[in-house]
Amino acid sequence: MKPAPFEYHSPSSIEEILTLKSQYGDDAKFLAGGQSLVPAMNFRIVQPSVLIDLNRVSDLSFIREDGNVIRVGSMARERHLEFDASIEKRTPLLHEAVPSIAHPQIRNRGTIGGSIVNADPAAELPVLMIALNARLKAKNKSAERWLDAKDFFAGMFTTALESDEALVEIELPFAEPRTGWSFMEVAPRSGDYAMMGVATSVTLDENGKCKSAKLVYLNAGDGPVDAVEAAQSLVGEMLNDTLIESAALHASEKEITPFGNIHASAEFQRHLAKTLTMKTLKIAAERATKEN
Amino acid sequence: MTHTINLTVNGQKYTRTVEPRMLLSDFLRHELGLTGTHVGCEHGVCGACTIMFDGESARSCLTFAVQADGHEITTVEGLATDKDNLHPLQQSFWEAHGLQCGYCTPGILMTMIPFLKQNPNPTEDEIRHALSGNLCRCTGYQHIVDAVKLAAEKMR
Repeated sequence: MKPAPFEYHSPSSIEEILTLKSQYGDDAKFLAGGQSLVPAMNFRIVQPSVLIDLNRVSDLSFIREDGNVIRVGSMARERHLEFDASIEKRTPLLHEAVPSIAHPQIRNRGTIGGSIVNADPAAELPVLMIALNARLKAKNKSAERWLDAKDFFAGMFTTALESDEALVEIELPFAEPRTGWSFMEVAPRSGDYAMMGVATSVTLDENGKCKSAKLVYLNAGDGPVDAVEAAQSLVGEMLNDTLIESAALHASEKEITPFGNIHASAEFQRHLAKTLTMKTLKIAAERATKEN
Repeated sequence: MTHTINLTVNGQKYTRTVEPRMLLSDFLRHELGLTGTHVGCEHGVCGACTIMFDGESARSCLTFAVQADGHEITTVEGLATDKDNLHPLQQSFWEAHGLQCGYCTPGILMTMIPFLKQNPNPTEDEIRHALSGNLCRCTGYQHIVDAVKLAAEKMR
């Protein structure tokens, strides 16, 4: 349970980390909060020959409002997201979900960027990025590009990042008016990996009909699962119990592909998905109505 | 390749040379002789190695010692001035019998210190949630919860 030897760099600027990454490529890993990487290194599941520690790059840990978006540096700690007033007000879905991420000790170190780039299908933040229509800024030493969250995740622990790129910033649009939200997950023990979870968001038009909806699931496939068909089935409609149940049924039976594990069979995961979808959609619809 | 680090542990400054792969938990125990920080699972699940990193609870098995350069660490040894003057939290664990074998206790104490600072009047639910990252295999948690409640009273 000790990591294999590695070379360690801890520069203080974004330029330096990108120069190092372009130099070492896939041999190097970025060390963010370390709450997933270090256990994997302790088990020697991963043995990077070079670690580039991002913890001394102070330019990556901001959270600030900018027009109608919140900009978050990739090294912002999960604990800071949890208590940030802008996030609570502007992206209440994220505010509600962050306490479900692991334990307080983990959130004190864990970062938004680290969890996104790790792309664990059971993690909350990748799911939330899609549910929130986030945009992600990738940078290498000579250029930068923006990716929609839905194009960022490329399967189990895999992203669209190139070997010389770092995720440096996350752009979160403010919730639109008349938007309701709910995040729920079921875990064997508070803070454990959830057996199933869903981030739900509903925006109503001026007449109270559903204008847009998002249903994104964790631990439901080889990445965050965006149930676009179930969400689309709500659009243009007044949300009622029958409609909600049929959307929940469609998402849980047709759109997610849970694998099952020692804590929950795939069948039980589908059952949880259906139940959580109905619960969260009702709460989201109610909140959207109150936001009128 | 080794690195020289300067850090403060329990108010005392140390300079040491470390290999980058040395975990902070091993550094505290083997280099500084502070064996109060216990090592359980070494992959961030059990919470036995919890310390305070710049005043906030963190797993010392998921941090490299080299990352503590320039930072302030508090371990369980930093809580009491001597055995007759325990920290109110430690005193409460004694009085409420909040431990049996004691293996998980240092990690629980180092989790509860910042928790009680942020939340001086916690409900039982909040205490149990805050304890969820620390495994105890002896007590069934009831007496730990009692001890934290007692400590909250003493520390208010």
